[in-house]
Amino acid sequence: MTTFLFFVAAATALAGAFGVVLARNPVHSALFLVMTLISVAVLFLLRDAELIAAVQVIVYASAIVVLFLFVIMLLGVDRKESLEDRIPGQRAAAIVLGLVLLAEIVFLAGHEWATGQETASGVPLQGGGFGGNVERVARVLFTDFLWAFEITAVLLVIAVVGAVVLARRSGQRPDAVPQDAETGEEVTA
Amino acid sequence: MTLGAFTVTDTYYLLVAAMIFTIGGVGVLVRRNVIVMFMCVELMLNAVNLTFVSFAHALNDITGQVIVFFTLVVAASEVAVGLAIIVAIFRRRRNATADDLQALKG
Repeated sequence: MTTFLFFVAAATALAGAFGVVLARNPVHSALFLVMTLISVAVLFLLRDAELIAAVQVIVYASAIVVLFLFVIMLLGVDRKESLEDRIPGQRAAAIVLGLVLLAEIVFLAGHEWATGQETASGVPLQGGGFGGNVERVARVLFTDFLWAFEITAVLLVIAVVGAVVLARRSGQRPDAVPQDAETGEEVTA
Repeated sequence: MTLGAFTVTDTYYLLVAAMIFTIGGVGVLVRRNVIVMFMCVELMLNAVNLTFVSFAHALNDITGQVIVFFTLVVAASEVAVGLAIIVAIFRRRRNATADDLQALKG
């Protein structure tokens, strides 16, 4: 059953990934992205990562893709892009380079990486009396990675402030603030 | 080969992740719409997440899954800032192909 699920989810994920690249319409690309993300969430479930699968669906497939769709709709870019190559041979070179990259990664993935050594964090994926998946993740996240976890809070705040500043300041045109014709000062009254 | 006797090892997950990563990388190089390029970057990030989870399973250590959370946070921040930059570019010039973005000066 898990074998069957793996092949279905893998095929769907790859089909969705191809769809993201090949779809001419950005909205279609975003929907194909949802397909891939949910399939990858199924793969996470098959690898005993229940919490991450849930977070993947909630954060990625809903929040981030909705953000993408929102920007697409806001800007009205859901028109097809032209097929012509600005740089001659760019597309062919990109595909050749992609195949080289795939060959490299597959060469690495074909090796046996599991060394059978003891776990680094002391919390194994299964067994050992550490409770469920959520408990295990929390145990490591709030002990070994507590400092990094706090830093992510700072990162999120910076990202939110940066997004607000970027999207707001360049939206104001230079003539948006009415100015006095002689002195050049802003008219406040 | 019967399907029941066949077991999916961690290598298969790594291969799927490698393929998704490659498709995303080629997409970044091929597509010219900035938003679609962004989606391809998301594909690559997700492929790396799948690799982390596969290794967590292979090495029987929960740390691989914890790292995925940090990847998720960074990806969310990146999307927020990146889409804000795209919106800012759009307000200045009315298209979003990467070929048009040649000058640092707005």
